[in-house]
Amino acid sequence: MSLFQRKKLHMVGVRSGALEQARGRIVMMSAVFVVCYLIVVARSVDVMVIQGVMMNKGEEVSLYEEYRPEEKQKRRADIVDRNGVLLARSLEVSSLHADPKMVLDPAKLAQDLKYIFPDLVYGDVLKKLQGKNRFVWIKRNLTPQEQEAILQLGSPALNFKFEDHRVYPHGELGGHVLGYSGIDGQGLSGVEASFNELLHNAQEPLALTIDVRIQHVLRREIAAQMQKHHAKGGAGVIMDVRDGSVLAAVSLPDFNPLDYQTAQDNAKFNRVSLGVYELGSTFKIFSTAALLEKTGGNMHQTFDVRESLKRGRFRISDYHGQKRVLTLPEVFMHSSNIGSALMGEEVGTEGLKSFYNDLGLLDQSKIEIGEVGKPIVPSPWRDLHTLTASYGHGVAVSPLQLSSAVASIVNGGNYVQPTLILNKKSLGDDNKRSMPDQKLRLISPEVSHRMRQLLRLTVTEGTGGKADVPGYLVGGKTGTAEKPGVGGYNKKSLISSFVGVFPSNDPHYVVYVMVDEPQGIKETYGYATGGWVAAPAVKNIIASMASILKIPPVEGEPRIEESLLRYVKTKEQIKEEKKLATY
Amino acid sequence: MGLFSRHFSRTSQSITARWWWTVDRAMLAFIFVLYIIGAFMIATASPSVAIRIGAYEYLFLIKHFIVLLPSIIVMLVISLFDVDTLRRASMIAFVGCIVLLIYTLFFGLEVKGAKRWIDLPFFSLQPSEFAKPAFIVVTAWLMARYKENSQFKGHYYAWGLFLFLIALLLLQPDLGMTFVVTVSFFSVMFLAGLPFRYVFILAGLGVTAFVLIYMSFSHVQSRVDRFLNPESGDTYQIEKSLDAFKNGGITGTGPGQGEVKLRIPDAHADFIFSVAAEEFGLFFIITLIGIYGYIFVRGFNRIMDSDNLFIILSVGGLLTMFALQALVHMGSALHIVPTKGMTLPLISYGGSSLLSMSMVMGMILALTRKQRKRGISKGGLTIREIGGEKL
Repeated sequence: MSLFQRKKLHMVGVRSGALEQARGRIVMMSAVFVVCYLIVVARSVDVMVIQGVMMNKGEEVSLYEEYRPEEKQKRRADIVDRNGVLLARSLEVSSLHADPKMVLDPAKLAQDLKYIFPDLVYGDVLKKLQGKNRFVWIKRNLTPQEQEAILQLGSPALNFKFEDHRVYPHGELGGHVLGYSGIDGQGLSGVEASFNELLHNAQEPLALTIDVRIQHVLRREIAAQMQKHHAKGGAGVIMDVRDGSVLAAVSLPDFNPLDYQTAQDNAKFNRVSLGVYELGSTFKIFSTAALLEKTGGNMHQTFDVRESLKRGRFRISDYHGQKRVLTLPEVFMHSSNIGSALMGEEVGTEGLKSFYNDLGLLDQSKIEIGEVGKPIVPSPWRDLHTLTASYGHGVAVSPLQLSSAVASIVNGGNYVQPTLILNKKSLGDDNKRSMPDQKLRLISPEVSHRMRQLLRLTVTEGTGGKADVPGYLVGGKTGTAEKPGVGGYNKKSLISSFVGVFPSNDPHYVVYVMVDEPQGIKETYGYATGGWVAAPAVKNIIASMASILKIPPVEGEPRIEESLLRYVKTKEQIKEEKKLATY
Repeated sequence: MGLFSRHFSRTSQSITARWWWTVDRAMLAFIFVLYIIGAFMIATASPSVAIRIGAYEYLFLIKHFIVLLPSIIVMLVISLFDVDTLRRASMIAFVGCIVLLIYTLFFGLEVKGAKRWIDLPFFSLQPSEFAKPAFIVVTAWLMARYKENSQFKGHYYAWGLFLFLIALLLLQPDLGMTFVVTVSFFSVMFLAGLPFRYVFILAGLGVTAFVLIYMSFSHVQSRVDRFLNPESGDTYQIEKSLDAFKNGGITGTGPGQGEVKLRIPDAHADFIFSVAAEEFGLFFIITLIGIYGYIFVRGFNRIMDSDNLFIILSVGGLLTMFALQALVHMGSALHIVPTKGMTLPLISYGGSSLLSMSMVMGMILALTRKQRKRGISKGGLTIREIGGEKL
């Protein structure tokens, strides 16, 4: 072994010392890693078992729920029609505001905003964004597209404020019934106001008795007649006579509830339930029914209408003068004011007054909206008022009141109360109006039947001929009232109306149309009476209703008025009589 | 006895037979287990990511398989190398990687503000992934030479190369890689006998460096802030990751049934551990941690018997790299360490990462093969020439 080799052996010894040290350190490093891995294991158990299984009970949310806001925001309930068609709904709309302190580059942001909202002025926006305020409005009521564009900008300075907005998909249609609600979601008129509390709290939509299709038909026909006769207003009601539910209620001119702030007062005025008018001859239905019910009057009873009726300083005369002695059906079908006044006189002041009261004509209607007019009733009620009230003057009621009173007469004689709410059981006790628990009989079924016959007779033989729809046995009564003006009634400004019922053998619906101040036109030979103005509208409405509601025509078209015909003199008979009289 | 006996019988002197009887077969088996788990996990985790970025559903799965097969072959081929071949190959590879890293700095593909990739026709190459193991082997050789012959100032060279590589990585910047390289380098130095006082000084320097990096890189700052105070900002990834663990619970939701994984970004790469947790549950996760733990403990155990310092140092460094990467990945997913985009070795999607980790495993297998004893005793004094040269 040479020296050189010894040196090498020494080197190997040093190296093996290094080996021993390295082995010791391997053990240390292994230990560190093992500890670290054990920590990972412990942490896995912590997250997966302790936090995951033991602490997470009952908190499971699905993938889709996770993104929903914590609490479902409460919105004002919807209003729907009887078929569930949406009439009013609250939608969430966003408004954009900014925090100028968070704006990174005001000039660029203002440019971007100007691009998204072309109607903004660049300078104004820039001024706002450079201001010292921490809160500035940029734009109210964004569309979803605009909202998305803002989100795409991704600026931390921009923020949305979400507000509920009430929208009315059908615009003007039914605006007076629905009413409108203010910017803070408070109902201000119509159903919105009267059921404000309920709509605020309910989750279920509020269903009205309105049928938008029928509502549209009613509005269309009244608007057509108004335009044709240059009238200044109109109103109409369609009511189910069996339960008083209102299928349509129109007041024209009308307004879009969305624009209630800018709408004219004239348009916002509710002519159906708030406005009260002297509605004229349609009241003869009530005085005739009173006579039949209270005095047991019969069809061959006669009334002398040859001379106008003088009571004190008043004189009552006829519009369609027959100048002869008329039977009761003839008084009704020719709409003789003198005859009706005589009937009223026979019933007596107390009798007529209490009968009108029972029909709900002397009190505010109990419909479920706030816009209800108080009838104008003579006070004190003198005997003379009994005479005028018999043909519809001196007493002013709303079209809605008249319609429900007619419904009570023709439905068999039971009192009905007009209603707009489809399912009253769904309402809370607070919202229940005083509803009669049981049927309240006003007239006997026999009298009700007679009235149906008389109404039908008026259409087949009398003043309401223009309302007839073949197959639907339309019955009805015209009404043409002069409006009270300065120093008495104004012959030129009329309230022309027609109340129709169909089918008159077993009426289901009352259709009432009223036109305010129609003008006579060439086509109607200058006439602007109920028979010329309102009756054709009722005819069109009934024809449309029949097809919309799929009402089949009455089979065989029975002539229910036939038994009355023998009390009615034909034109030939009248001619013959006149000839005899000249001898 | 046919093909098998010719190539694998114990007395055969063919390369394959020698390999089979000297290689660590248990470690090899667990490496294959990880490959299989990886393929499964990519299959369940990647379609949702692919759909989210608007790509073909199985794009990542197909690309994973395209890299997986070559990776296995590369691993097996490298494990056939003997120690000297491996060392020389690593040196050449290291020089090549340095060239590529410099090339990357100028012509690299810039993704999310970092120039780490070289764009090639079918994939992007990340040279730093390959520089990492080569650097460890080179350092181990330098330190072993130094320990055997103190006239050879290997430690200076090692420090020089280390600082040079770190500079290249920080210029990209790639802090994750810098971290892994630094820790692996220090583990080699530690095994080579770095005195404990230096260990503590360097640890202090490490903390200082961390603070400096924290203050100079905003994305690191925000990540650390989020780790220390989750309420401070966007902790979406980590929240989703923890949700995945909670949702998985003990038994997991079942393969492919995970819900939270649908919303974790990089579910197939940086958060594949969370997907595994959600779908396969606690026992699987513990098993997976166990496999990683087993591989490095077994590797360390294997070199305890070795009397070759170069083998000890290089295997120690490579195993540290492997174990550390797995640890950071799992720790990030579990919110024990700040979120650091790091792949789970042999499982995560990522071509360069998979190939480089396969090389690492191949190198470990090659280095831990049973060496023919040439000395008169085991350990202690041996008579052989310096530097691993044959007598």
